Amino acid sequence: MVSAWIDAARRPLPRLIGTRLALSLLMLLVVSMLIFAGIQLLPGDAASAILGQSATPAARQQLELRLGLDQPALSRYLSWLGGMLRGDFGVSFSSGQPIAAALAYRLNNTLFLAGCTALIAVPLALLIGLWSALHRGSVLDRGLNALTRAAVSLPEFFSGYLLILVFAIWLGWLPSSAAVFGEMPLSTRLYFIALPCFTLILAVLGHMANMTRAALLAIQQESYVETARLKGLSPWCVLRCHVLPNAWPPIINVIMLNLAYLIVGVVIVENVFVYPGLGQYMIDGISKRDIPVIQACGLVLAAVYIALNLLADLLSILANPRLRHVD
Amino acid sequence: MISRRRFIEGVSAMGIGAALGTSLPFSSAQASQGEGEPKKGGHLIVGIDNASSSDRLDPAFWFETYMYFVGSQLFNNLLEIDENGALVPSLARAWESPDRGRSWVIDLREDVLFHDGRKLTASDVVYSLNYHRTPDSSSPVKVYLDPVTAIEATGSHQVTISLATPDVDFISLLASVHFVVTAENEDFAKGIGTGAFILENFQPGVRTLVRRNPDHWNPARGHVDSVETLAMNDATARVAALVSGSVQLINRVEKRVVGRLESMPNIRLLRTRDSQIFTLPGLSNQAPFDNLDARLALKYAIDRQQIIDNVLGGYASLGNDNPVFPSNAYFAADLPQRPYDPDRARFHWQKAGFSGPLRLSAADAGFPGSIDAAQLYQQSARRAGIELQVERVPDDGYWENVWRKHVFVTSNWSNRPSADGLLSMVFTSGAAWNESFWQVPSFDALVSAARGEADEQRRRQLYHDIQEVLVNQSSTIIPLYADSLDASSARVKGITATPGFPLSGNRAAEKAWLEA
Repeated sequence: MVSAWIDAARRPLPRLIGTRLALSLLMLLVVSMLIFAGIQLLPGDAASAILGQSATPAARQQLELRLGLDQPALSRYLSWLGGMLRGDFGVSFSSGQPIAAALAYRLNNTLFLAGCTALIAVPLALLIGLWSALHRGSVLDRGLNALTRAAVSLPEFFSGYLLILVFAIWLGWLPSSAAVFGEMPLSTRLYFIALPCFTLILAVLGHMANMTRAALLAIQQESYVETARLKGLSPWCVLRCHVLPNAWPPIINVIMLNLAYLIVGVVIVENVFVYPGLGQYMIDGISKRDIPVIQACGLVLAAVYIALNLLADLLSILANPRLRHVD
Repeated sequence: MISRRRFIEGVSAMGIGAALGTSLPFSSAQASQGEGEPKKGGHLIVGIDNASSSDRLDPAFWFETYMYFVGSQLFNNLLEIDENGALVPSLARAWESPDRGRSWVIDLREDVLFHDGRKLTASDVVYSLNYHRTPDSSSPVKVYLDPVTAIEATGSHQVTISLATPDVDFISLLASVHFVVTAENEDFAKGIGTGAFILENFQPGVRTLVRRNPDHWNPARGHVDSVETLAMNDATARVAALVSGSVQLINRVEKRVVGRLESMPNIRLLRTRDSQIFTLPGLSNQAPFDNLDARLALKYAIDRQQIIDNVLGGYASLGNDNPVFPSNAYFAADLPQRPYDPDRARFHWQKAGFSGPLRLSAADAGFPGSIDAAQLYQQSARRAGIELQVERVPDDGYWENVWRKHVFVTSNWSNRPSADGLLSMVFTSGAAWNESFWQVPSFDALVSAARGEADEQRRRQLYHDIQEVLVNQSSTIIPLYADSLDASSARVKGITATPGFPLSGNRAAEKAWLEA
């Protein structure tokens, strides 16, 4: 990240974005090769994974033929890549359905859950961090600190089941399963995802709040902040004009890391709450060695990761005037 | 409702009527008694496991519970298995074999409509059955139809199936969940069946929504207005959803939480006995399994009851290395149960003279709890001086790389509607799934003789001999018959246990009704 800021200080913004995008495409290509190679290394192929115990040699051969698995690996990869370049995600081995539609539905669900979580968790984490930094050492600061750390250290499958026990079984306020579908009205949808959303908030809140607090505290130790304070500026003004602009880059980075996590790393929460997200789709694909599905999911997730990192860099530059100046 | 008389007609036509009078090991019919008249209406929500985003409505691709259950809401079979384990009519009105099992003549109901209004005729059935027989089919039930030489319409509502070799039990195979009927030349994926429910929405790996078929031919089925089957692969999530009231019926309750569910007044457990056998096949063409004494030693060295108690929480019945289920009419109950006997095991093992440890490859893919069971077996065998080496192998690729490749593994088989089912699929020389390479010509002859024997007395004797051979000689240890446990809210009525087949023979949705 530091190198990115230095780069940014030297180069004009559009050029920076251009290079990053080009690099991203290269990275996606490498990711797709790694996924493909990884699946080849796994024991079992698609035909036997689909047929399981009921596989007879004849049935397996029929299925392999139908799936094109009789072709060498390299030519299968190239034909997949060719389809991808034309914007064709291909057809799932195991379901025979086009991948694009299923992927869009799952991605939409994942983004919805991540978005709702972020809308609550990010402002809340910033407020907690800010408040703790301003009232360092107070009872509430210590209390919040202990709570957020405790929440981070609980694994999600545990906190998820705990929330189900309290809110779904004891109190009966919220549904334990979050199976959402297309035609559901927004209010019902929000009601159904309340518990997974809450679980994810617990998982990401502590990290973001603690990093915000630490970043603010570190900068408050700086001599220029002391100077500003001695100059007689109000605490709010010191914070707004001198502390925050320098604290934003690390905070933004932490937020982006957590957002990326909310999109790519929530398969456990999806499983506990029966949420039809992208993670579950990818796991299904892996268990059936459904290479086109795994590739599509892997690429989408990698793209999300890359895009969020790029966004983090850009926002850091915009937030900090020092990084904006280019010659 | 189908009349009792017609049912008996159907059964005696098969020539096994006499066998059905035997006492049943348990009575599941009680569950439905005292529940009153079924009420119409309501929305049933079900949580089922083994769902995947790769699921299809096409029965040639049904591999797991979720699709069995959803498919059975939309489609009908020719016949079904009732709560006493007997074959009863469904789309078939009656059936008989005029030539002792060489051909089968099936008469269809004439009042059946498909969901799109078409009338069911013989050609629809011919198409639907032949669908699994095409050369390029990868259907899991293709092997069932291998002996079939022709399936023809011999009347507008009559189908005749000809077999290469006589099989007096053949008709019962058609009760297998995959042999459902769609309209002629129709794509199964459209879900156009004759079932009690019509497809509204199918989202693989997420949920399936169906609504009641107002023109369903069977007034005794299809009570709720709509059924929503949710994909719930996580066992804890299913129980949580049931307890919190999000769903009203779930399958596969984990044995470790059963005790807690039993004590809840608003939850009802549905126990299906004889659902599966868990097997430990040893390759009989390799040492030490090529030696009868070694096989006997390994049979004596396993503490079956301990595995039932510790791995399955008691929800299983003792197995005697016999693949015929106790609820089957031909089960040989007089064969003595082999005990855990370290001394005799030691005697046979020393006589076999096998040196070195025996590797037992276990993965939970083989059967749930395989690794725990293997470790218990290791301990009980050690007391007999038999050294088992438990090797944990990955679930991934298990059926391809370990099963039928490693010398001693774990596996499982679901119940089949006939005694012949598992015998000829798993234990005869040419069987596609012969997991122990048990290749004994005289045994094959017994199995094929029993399949073609129309005389009930002789047939019973043949099946007895077959089981005796397996119990005393086979290379596959079958320690137990596992139960399957489903659970429902106490508000759900009408679901009866079908021995061997969980979720009321996959037809729980159309049998269920909701109490107000």
